[in-house]
Amino acid sequence: MLENKANPTINKSTGLPRKRFYRARAHSNPLSDSHFPIPLSPSHVDYSLHYPPLFLSSDRINSSKIQFADIGCGFGGLLISLSTLFPEILMIGMELRDKVTEYVKERISGLRVANPGQYQNISVVRTNSMKYIPNYFEKGQLSKMFFLFPDPHFKEKNHRRRVISPHLLDEYAYVLQVGGIIYTITDVEELGEWMKSCLENHPMFEALSQEELEVDPAVKLLSTATEEGQKVARNGGQTFQAVYRRIVPAS
Amino acid sequence: MEDPPIEECEHDDVNKTEQDTQIEESEQNHRDVEVAPALIAVHPTQNSVAVSVGSDLRVFNLPEDCAVTLVDESGGASHNDSIRTIKYGANGKLFVSAGDDKLVKVWSTESWRCISTVYSEKRVSALAVRNDGLHVCFADKFGVVWVVDLPGVDGSEAPLNKKAVPLLGHYCSIITSLEFSPDGRFIVSADRDFKIRVTVFPKKPLDGAHEIQSFCLGHKEFVSCLAFICTPDYLQGILVSGSGDSTVHMWDVISGSLLDTCEVGAKAEQLKFDASEANCSTVTDICTIPDCTLFAVAIQSLPGIMLLSCNLPSRTLSVVKVVSIVGENFIPTSLGSTISGGLLWMVTGASKLSGSDHSSLSRVKVISGFRKSSPDSLEQEPVVLGDCEIPGGAKLLEKLQGSISIDEKVFLAAAEAVKTAMCNLLIKKQYSVEKRECRKRTRNDKKMK
Repeated sequence: MLENKANPTINKSTGLPRKRFYRARAHSNPLSDSHFPIPLSPSHVDYSLHYPPLFLSSDRINSSKIQFADIGCGFGGLLISLSTLFPEILMIGMELRDKVTEYVKERISGLRVANPGQYQNISVVRTNSMKYIPNYFEKGQLSKMFFLFPDPHFKEKNHRRRVISPHLLDEYAYVLQVGGIIYTITDVEELGEWMKSCLENHPMFEALSQEELEVDPAVKLLSTATEEGQKVARNGGQTFQAVYRRIVPAS
Repeated sequence: MEDPPIEECEHDDVNKTEQDTQIEESEQNHRDVEVAPALIAVHPTQNSVAVSVGSDLRVFNLPEDCAVTLVDESGGASHNDSIRTIKYGANGKLFVSAGDDKLVKVWSTESWRCISTVYSEKRVSALAVRNDGLHVCFADKFGVVWVVDLPGVDGSEAPLNKKAVPLLGHYCSIITSLEFSPDGRFIVSADRDFKIRVTVFPKKPLDGAHEIQSFCLGHKEFVSCLAFICTPDYLQGILVSGSGDSTVHMWDVISGSLLDTCEVGAKAEQLKFDASEANCSTVTDICTIPDCTLFAVAIQSLPGIMLLSCNLPSRTLSVVKVVSIVGENFIPTSLGSTISGGLLWMVTGASKLSGSDHSSLSRVKVISGFRKSSPDSLEQEPVVLGDCEIPGGAKLLEKLQGSISIDEKVFLAAAEAVKTAMCNLLIKKQYSVEKRECRKRTRNDKKMK
């Protein structure tokens, strides 16, 4: 802990990183060539790196796999809330912005130190999820995917950069198990409608009913857990969510 | 919208440092050598052979022993930029050509009339014709695969100019190869991001193909070519792929698992005496021989072809032999074969060769000795045919090559240009940290357009 005391980017009393040292541009171009390492295939994802105590124990081989993915996890608020809500489930945040990923990494390791035994099931990776989802997850591996406050890309020319699109939904349907759930929320009405219509028109997704939404503990976190969601709530903004289940397409 | 994604961050005129200028110059050079390889395709029953060089499409009719004149009265535009992909349909009735001019032209092989011209929004990089002859799929440089249905095309109907519908998408990655599985169940697409995607071809393709069967992941560079090995006792076929990582991989498309790897680049290197030109043994084309477990592989830097055999029961790959072309430095850019001919056709050449007036020349060579009576082994030694032994002889060569005799320097330069162009197009540019910072400072999207 001596190192941390000397490090001004870490808050001395909580051991957590200080956000102001991790300022980043709000958006990143998903189309540009990536220069970070990408696992060759899902079997090459190094779990011992992401979840050290769970996968370094040599007495037994841990065969559990990541089940939740937070795509564009930002500063990691949702992951941290989910971690204690589903302590048995491995989850990962995916973020394209380098500095933000570094922040989340520091935040998780700080939380692990401050709360021994907790937050061992969450991790973060810097990647372009729009390009490399199949490199991280096998077919039907995930049970929940989260897309919280994604970049709206207003211009029609840039719609192909949106993280929810008809073609990308094919890939999400591939990594989600049947019955798995995709959660989306935004404060931009136009994007909310776009995401809803993409999901509605896709043959492998169906909307959750009102009752199902009410009993799902993850739904409550959509607007409250993330930094972005809290900002919207502070400003009294509206949010638009779409929650859909992966189904077997009617043939 | 015109340029592919990799070219998106471009130059800026302000704040140019010396380094920037250097980077720009190298990019400008890359732009100059954006050449397309010469391609060859052979009719399934060897009724005709087609070669494309640049925007030029040349067809020779073998049974009638004459050059074919293409008739384009469909009202659509003619090819005016490099053709990037040519294919015959499995039943031999259709021939399709497409490329950088964003045109997909469907030809009847009976009359060699253009039956249909489909306009693509982007440049076309690959295409595939389904075995039923009713669906043509093509991929653009932005990673979208499109489908056109051609009901009742038999060459006699009025020309139809159809619109293509998006089928599936690789996220903004150049699609390098597209193949249907022999049973027509799957469409397989390969891209520059090392990925091979196997998608179930739907009953109603115009609604899109949403069900992904598998991803075949394991190549460490761009995937350059795909082919299905198909024998009478293995009708669903087995997928093989070639890549910029100098290997050939064999895959189970149902699970996406890697069955075997063959380091063809290393094998090709062993043959060479000078080790100076290492690490560019990109596999450029794979050509299967119908009803046979042998297949031919073209490798950059290998003057000749490598014959590989796929052992279906044990699911392994092995190198059978290298067929070298003696006396000529012939590095094929594209391969083709037929069901009945027992011949392997090869071509080398390139479009837009800078500093050369032989811009539309290509060189065609043929290897004989492949018979379906011997599915696992070679009946006789494969023989590289002399120019006069090639079916069609001098007449064919004059048509397909553009000239009977060609200076060896021309096609050596062509092979080199194709190699550079392929690397520039498909290999991610690596910049040092400083260079990347430099590029960030002069980003295009910062200035108001």
